Amino acid sequence: MRARQRNSLPLVGRVGEGSFLSPPFTDRMNDQIPKGQGMATIAAETEENGQSARGGRGLRLSPSAISYLQATPLIAILGFFFLLPIAMIAVVSFWDYDFAGLYPDFLTMNYTDTLGSWVTWKTYVNTLKFTAIVWSLTLVIGFWVAYFLAFHIRRTSTQMILFLVCTVPFMTSNIIRMISWIPVLGRNGLVNSTLIQMGIIPQPIEWLLYSDFAVVLAMVHLYTLFMVTPIFNTLMRIDRSLFEAARDAGASGWQVLWNVVIPLAKPGMAIGTIFVVTLVMADFSTVQVMSGGQSASVALTMKNQMSLLQYPAAAANAVVLLAVVLLMVAAILRVVDIRKEL
Amino acid sequence: MSHEKRGLEFYLLAIFFIVFVLFLYGPLSAILILSFQGPDGGLTFPMNGVSTHWFFNLFEKQAVGDFGASFRRSFSLGLMVMVVTVVVSLLAGLAFRRRFRGSTVLFYATVASLVVPSIIVSLGIGVVFQEGGLKPAWYSSAFGAHLTWTLPFGVLIMFAVFNRFSPAYEEAARDLGATSWQTFRHVVLPMIAPSLIGVGLFGFTLSYDEFARTLMTSGTYNTLPLEIYGMTTNVTTPVLYALGTVTTLFSFTIILIALGIMTMLSRRQAKTD
Repeated sequence: MRARQRNSLPLVGRVGEGSFLSPPFTDRMNDQIPKGQGMATIAAETEENGQSARGGRGLRLSPSAISYLQATPLIAILGFFFLLPIAMIAVVSFWDYDFAGLYPDFLTMNYTDTLGSWVTWKTYVNTLKFTAIVWSLTLVIGFWVAYFLAFHIRRTSTQMILFLVCTVPFMTSNIIRMISWIPVLGRNGLVNSTLIQMGIIPQPIEWLLYSDFAVVLAMVHLYTLFMVTPIFNTLMRIDRSLFEAARDAGASGWQVLWNVVIPLAKPGMAIGTIFVVTLVMADFSTVQVMSGGQSASVALTMKNQMSLLQYPAAAANAVVLLAVVLLMVAAILRVVDIRKEL
Repeated sequence: MSHEKRGLEFYLLAIFFIVFVLFLYGPLSAILILSFQGPDGGLTFPMNGVSTHWFFNLFEKQAVGDFGASFRRSFSLGLMVMVVTVVVSLLAGLAFRRRFRGSTVLFYATVASLVVPSIIVSLGIGVVFQEGGLKPAWYSSAFGAHLTWTLPFGVLIMFAVFNRFSPAYEEAARDLGATSWQTFRHVVLPMIAPSLIGVGLFGFTLSYDEFARTLMTSGTYNTLPLEIYGMTTNVTTPVLYALGTVTTLFSFTIILIALGIMTMLSRRQAKTD
């Protein structure tokens, strides 16, 4: 079969059109296989043919060798720019340092300094507080936005357009989106001046900008999209007949939501949670800009140590932060198998 | 859920959705309007006249540092990251179609690259370059740092694409005598082309706006987001908003072009069906 039609590219072109199962073609295929063998066998055979044909001209490669070759660029990049740097951080966290440079050593000083200080613990509590608040807000907002898009918009094209409307800001600069709150929340900003003009408040509210409130607001603004997308994705895959079945069995609207939709949306929520939790735990720019330097986060501490060239201290902090984040992700991964959800 | 009539639930959620969209775009439109502030206007409303003064101000070097050069660096870096992300993700996606020894480890390493805090990756690459005696620069260390952020997105997208891709098309092409390359070029590639554009769009925009990973890796010259971050602390005129407007419009243009190409490709695909 292969040999005969070696150069029949025009036919290949038509294969993509879905015509490969048209009667004449399938008949011909059936002629070529002994009775009793199903489609599965054909698939297996062609798979083998295809694999060996890959190396047909010149050198012959086994399927797994091809996989390795294809994965090599990814392995190389992640190896050099991700795994090596993380290993390097672990090593450097034991080094000695002064203002002039780093000295290879095996000291636990960087860790005892970090973990022995009250400031570190307070910073972790503060970061975890931001994470908890932002996570719960983005989860609730993200779920209802995704729910509305998935179940209340009937036309697919409208659905895609509204989904894009939600996604586009994600592709613009985080810093610009942060700055854009300044004219809204500032002392003479839109909110304050409107409230004063309406006579609701006598003088500007001071805690709108440069406060923990502003940090949380900006983070929700930046990160809700990471929740909307995976939840929308899982909601779209729910079989709608389940709702009818639940209703026929006498479930109320809330019962359907609580016992059918939410359990089935859990994988999406888990993936969104991974994104939001890791982003907030790692955040320093939002905390710095929106709190006006009045609030702290672990990553901000690291950033300050880095600007003072205290790399080993920052590295010790990084190892602790990394351990905390990975433990959180591992806990979330118990709820969801990412490979199955893609 | 699939009600015949729009119930109360629909209207409540529609209002919620509209508020959410206003929340997303409201502040952005505030800086868009304020960037047309008059020459004597300040960082907040009210508008003190309308002018394009701050846009011209943007291109004077002394006002905002070298905006043009940092823009060119970010743009070139975005293109480099885009090309590498598309090619490497596609290859990795193809590799993951077969189970190979270590594929699970590689998959989780890719996911880890996504969840490890950006600043840690940045610090790590910075230290590796410093201790290895290499000179960090936007086209070497920052380039690699951006790839650790864009590649996981690309690989996960390709992973999802190939999960849904029926091998029947390729089997049919092979049965008709196509070589592996012909099967890939004429069957697989046209079908996944829209997704590849999507991966490219992610690669470019994520790199163009990337900030935390660039912090320790950009070397001597700043990328645009670093330049803007520096400006938040020392620029107190609406020129900051003008810059925000220009870069945001630029991002929107890129997104529109990519979406245009994607719809064109899938229309062409639909036509041949």
